[in-house]
Amino acid sequence: MGFPHTPHARETLVLSKYFGDQEAIGLAGWRQRGGYAALEKALQMEPAAIVQIVKDSGLRGRGGAGFPTGIKWSFMKPGDGKPHYLCCNADESEPGTFKDREIMRWTPHSLVEGCAIGAYAIGAEVAYVYIRGEYTEALDKMNAACKEAYAAGILGPNAMGTGKTVHVYVHKGAGAYICGEETALMNSLEGRRGNPRIKPPFPAVAGLFGQPTTINNVETLVAVPHILNNGADWYKKFGRPDNPKSTGTKLFSVCGNIARPGNYEVTLGFPFKEFLYDLCGGPLPGRKFRAIIPGGISVPIQTLEEAENSPMDYEGFVANGTMLGSGGVIVIDDAQNLVKQIARAARFFAHESCAQCTQCREGTAWTTKILERIVAGDGTHEDLDTLLSIANNMTGTTICVLSDSCATPVVSGLTKFRGDFEALIKRKKVHMVPVQVA
Amino acid sequence: MNHSPDEMGELRAPADAAHERHPSTPYVPVFAGGRKAELEELMTRYPTKMATLLPALWMVQEDRGWVSSEAMVEVAALLELTPAYVKGVVTFYTMYHQHPVAKYFIQVCTTSPCNVCGAEDVVKALLRHTGCEDLGVTSADGRYAVIEVECLGACGFNTPLMINDKFIESVTPKTVPELLASLD
Repeated sequence: MGFPHTPHARETLVLSKYFGDQEAIGLAGWRQRGGYAALEKALQMEPAAIVQIVKDSGLRGRGGAGFPTGIKWSFMKPGDGKPHYLCCNADESEPGTFKDREIMRWTPHSLVEGCAIGAYAIGAEVAYVYIRGEYTEALDKMNAACKEAYAAGILGPNAMGTGKTVHVYVHKGAGAYICGEETALMNSLEGRRGNPRIKPPFPAVAGLFGQPTTINNVETLVAVPHILNNGADWYKKFGRPDNPKSTGTKLFSVCGNIARPGNYEVTLGFPFKEFLYDLCGGPLPGRKFRAIIPGGISVPIQTLEEAENSPMDYEGFVANGTMLGSGGVIVIDDAQNLVKQIARAARFFAHESCAQCTQCREGTAWTTKILERIVAGDGTHEDLDTLLSIANNMTGTTICVLSDSCATPVVSGLTKFRGDFEALIKRKKVHMVPVQVA
Repeated sequence: MNHSPDEMGELRAPADAAHERHPSTPYVPVFAGGRKAELEELMTRYPTKMATLLPALWMVQEDRGWVSSEAMVEVAALLELTPAYVKGVVTFYTMYHQHPVAKYFIQVCTTSPCNVCGAEDVVKALLRHTGCEDLGVTSADGRYAVIEVECLGACGFNTPLMINDKFIESVTPKTVPELLASLD
């Protein structure tokens, strides 16, 4: 995993190869490690050829939705006479996810290079890297990397001496989970409140400043230089042979009640059971795994049995009732009060709701109140039905999916661990109001 | 955003209005000299002036420690916006302070991944050792304020916290006294 532990023999180090290597942070060290060779190559190519290679590689978005990157790029029509923009989503705030932070912290130039190639491929002259305000170290490293790249002539109006214009600018967020939603991020970058926009129009038609825009996650963009250097076929080889839809390596952030938390890079399709016990060292002494959330807190909770059967790729997790999401694995063991943690997750969403849609503003707040009342021992059996009813109203009814994300742990928790909720409720008798029959 | 201060342990405003400027002392603009040039350089990066609003507010907070109503009026005039619009943006984002904060403003992550690893004990230890009465209440000596914050994005390094702009990983109740002692 690179940092803070030494890598495990079963990891496949592509993106995380230089994590923990102080010399890889600066430009000179990065160039010694092969940095900017892919950008140099890319700037000599036709943009459409780059898009085709990325399409062929099967690279999919690593931010959560898993949309094929090459296809997303191909939505940007060349020669439409409009300025195009690339946004890099570095507003990593999904609980359980901390991979982009390590990428920017240890290999900031890999992201500058990925952004520059991405911008050139979609016909954009400017790429904005939107980094969450709390990532002070990542911000410093990225600002320093951009400054070095400008000074060396890698970025600017004559990028690498090719006469082509490529700018990469860092933009600092100010504390809002919702700005990780692509249209909210664009609003925030424009100097507005971070409220998500109604789609359509999609960003490729009218995005940042009303112009065609592509938005990619940090991990997606840093994979691009490797694909250009080694070819699409090389990248496609990483993955399950029986599942060509998920290719490449992926960083998984592991946290919670587990022996060795941290970032691990494995090929997609890696067996989750071996990942948890072999790479991450299994449960803490004397404890047992109980519930596992494999893709950040917004995806359905898995029971241990479901998790142990999942191959770690987009399709493998869906087949076992959850999603790959951002790859933030949260492990909860048998010493925890699971309902309390679901209540804590709901509180997170209540705090982070931008409050423009009623179902989300009211739904996240009431879900939190009811769950916290159950945890405090004041719940009733009716509360469980109310929770499901609220969750139903919160799913698929709002501008963005924050509302759905709040409903997800509640519904999956109630379905798979209903006994935990009932055990807390049994302690209190339900007050029956006598009905007067005339 | 969608919360009331008492429910979520946000930083509470000082009881008195001593931080408000007295009418007899003139307001000193933030964007004069170097800062103005810095803002003008930033404006070349974006097609609209409005896009520099978040960076401009960051500059205000770096220089003054918080974003006052007067600073919002100043920023609004520079970016051709209304003060009300600027206030709307300031209040949306949790990292802009609308009143002065303690010398050491401590934000502890207590979201689920840190919560299962004992983040609440770290909060308790911090409250005990700083002498802060409650979350969001500045200590009597004005040195410390502790709040809970939602996911800091360092879930593998429990418990992470921020003291002003400094990011600190792997804090435990035991390391709290040492951490506080290292601040001065």
